Amino acid sequence: MLAFLVQRISQAFLVMFVISVIAFAIQDGLGDPLQEMVGMSVSEEEREAIREELGLNDPMVVQYLRFAGNALQGDLGNSYFYSKPTLEVIAEHLPATLELVIGASLIIVFLSVPIGVYAAIRPQAWLSKFFMGVSTVGISIPVFLTAIVLIQLFSIGVTVNWFPSDTGWGQWLNDFFSTEGGLPSYGRGDELTHLFGTWESGFFTGAGLMHLVLPSVSLASIMLPLFIRLIRAEMMEVLQSDYVRYARAKGLSAGRINFLHALKNTMLPVITVGGVQIGIMVAYTILTETVFQWPGVGLMFLEAITRSDIPLIVAYLMVVGLIFVVTNTLVDLIYGLVNPTVKLTGKKA
Amino acid sequence: MTTATVSRWDRFRESFFWYSFKRDKVAIVSFAVLLLMVLAAVFAPLLAPADPYDLAQINIMNSELPPVGMSGADPAFPLGTDAQGRDLLSTILYGTRVSLMIGFGAVVLQAFLGILFGLLAGYLGGKVDAVLMRIADVQLSFSTLMVAIIVGAVFKASFGNLMFGEIAIYMLIFIIGVAEWPQIARTVRASVLAEKKKEYVDAAKVMGFGTRRIMFRHILPNTLSPIFVIATVQIANAIISEAALSFLGLGMPETQPSLGSLIKSGFDYIQSGSWWITLIPGLVLVVLVLVINLLGDWLRDVMNPRLYKG
Repeated sequence: MLAFLVQRISQAFLVMFVISVIAFAIQDGLGDPLQEMVGMSVSEEEREAIREELGLNDPMVVQYLRFAGNALQGDLGNSYFYSKPTLEVIAEHLPATLELVIGASLIIVFLSVPIGVYAAIRPQAWLSKFFMGVSTVGISIPVFLTAIVLIQLFSIGVTVNWFPSDTGWGQWLNDFFSTEGGLPSYGRGDELTHLFGTWESGFFTGAGLMHLVLPSVSLASIMLPLFIRLIRAEMMEVLQSDYVRYARAKGLSAGRINFLHALKNTMLPVITVGGVQIGIMVAYTILTETVFQWPGVGLMFLEAITRSDIPLIVAYLMVVGLIFVVTNTLVDLIYGLVNPTVKLTGKKA
Repeated sequence: MTTATVSRWDRFRESFFWYSFKRDKVAIVSFAVLLLMVLAAVFAPLLAPADPYDLAQINIMNSELPPVGMSGADPAFPLGTDAQGRDLLSTILYGTRVSLMIGFGAVVLQAFLGILFGLLAGYLGGKVDAVLMRIADVQLSFSTLMVAIIVGAVFKASFGNLMFGEIAIYMLIFIIGVAEWPQIARTVRASVLAEKKKEYVDAAKVMGFGTRRIMFRHILPNTLSPIFVIATVQIANAIISEAALSFLGLGMPETQPSLGSLIKSGFDYIQSGSWWITLIPGLVLVVLVLVINLLGDWLRDVMNPRLYKG
């Protein structure tokens, strides 16, 4: 176990080192801090002096070590646009993204588990086939397109007049299919509750929750089909296993077998895969936040690209890299803990 | 020469592949739709009523016209026009062409890298395997889309907007190809590991053939069917990635739009009620990706040797 722990953690450090080298290369290759600091009027000698003072003429390795040392102390430079430390800017935007991810994860958990289990227990039912068909189509729809369709349907609204409006039932059907266009599709709203630090939450006001609906549904839509398929596949495999057959032979009720015994072993791989998938969601938050102008780190990153705000881009890379590495390592460790059959030292057979 | 082609055609008609294709309605419909879209895209210059790249044909007075069937439509523009007054049907035909080109190009690059690294890792094993697969693992754990966005962002920042726009097609092929190679490399490695234990490899070794010859002439042909399956699905993924990058403004410029950049340019006008500029290209994109995915699913069922023989 200790060997496994050491191996995984040292691997995490190695990956973080590679990320920091890439981030440093980007900073070094793209940004000329002098351009941002001094104007056109400064002479070449003065520039050279500033360059020397900033250590821009030092060998690469020295510059990298300085960059890494500062990064370890939580200093990733100042954003050109915000004129503040980049980590501060990220901390201000992070809560919005986290709330979006939490909202989407809740939707995924509460929908994928019942649907996946149902599709595994009754694979031939038409409802199962319907869900599996929908999830195949769902995988083919890019997340930003789902978001746009949701905006068109529920934010801008659709008026339906296919049915004769002079009859009662026609009018009722028209109203039923029309959407009011009530859900907000822009930002987080202004009714946010201040929790602590830079955390402004939209979870505690009606308006805040309303603003969360469309973005989290969009973000959930990309992962939901994957989870439904995963849970269904795992559950079907568990239902074939010996201990489930034994439980059936013993005469336990179907509900007890399915939900107490089978579900428990289904969720184990689902949770570990889920941990990794939630890390991957970070990439999709960039798309979702762009569509809804959601003021999280994804939108901030994209704006930093258009503004050529190199320090902010680099800081985002480092922070997102750290999030990925930490979640992946934790998931690996948890998996190693709960499932002792995992090859601990990772030796190839 | 003719006898050879006839016998090959006969062999194809007798094959399990053709047999199961004939019996699968989903596969037939998907293939027909895909073929139609590819042909329409290839012959876009002949089919399209207007040339969206030709500024002289565009009239700003025609902007945001709705598709035929809605009030205010102009029959000259069957699917309406976009915000610049370009005929939407023509723009979509050209856009599908760009999207397909990038999708195929990126998969060719991925397949090249993936097959090369997968073969090396699987056949040579040891340190080469450990290093290559570690890189693949790390890259996959970051999600290919994230890698593509970051590489795209760095390229865009270093080349500048104008320059990036000019070489965008090649950039996107490169970005998506490099971001997704681990998917193919893993598949290749897995089948190479299974193949290299077989007798024909031992036989080739005993006959004194070189490592390179065994790898590329003997093992590679036997790993082609899983490569074929995953490459099909990867084309769909590449098209989605391209659309996502273009939607973020890291892809094709609006003057030379792909389906993704069409959706992006239409999205700015959706609040004013012009839903067709963004939703019609969106529908085309979804249908294109869906039929490729369905064909991929079918191919996997047919070519999976375990299911076939068992």
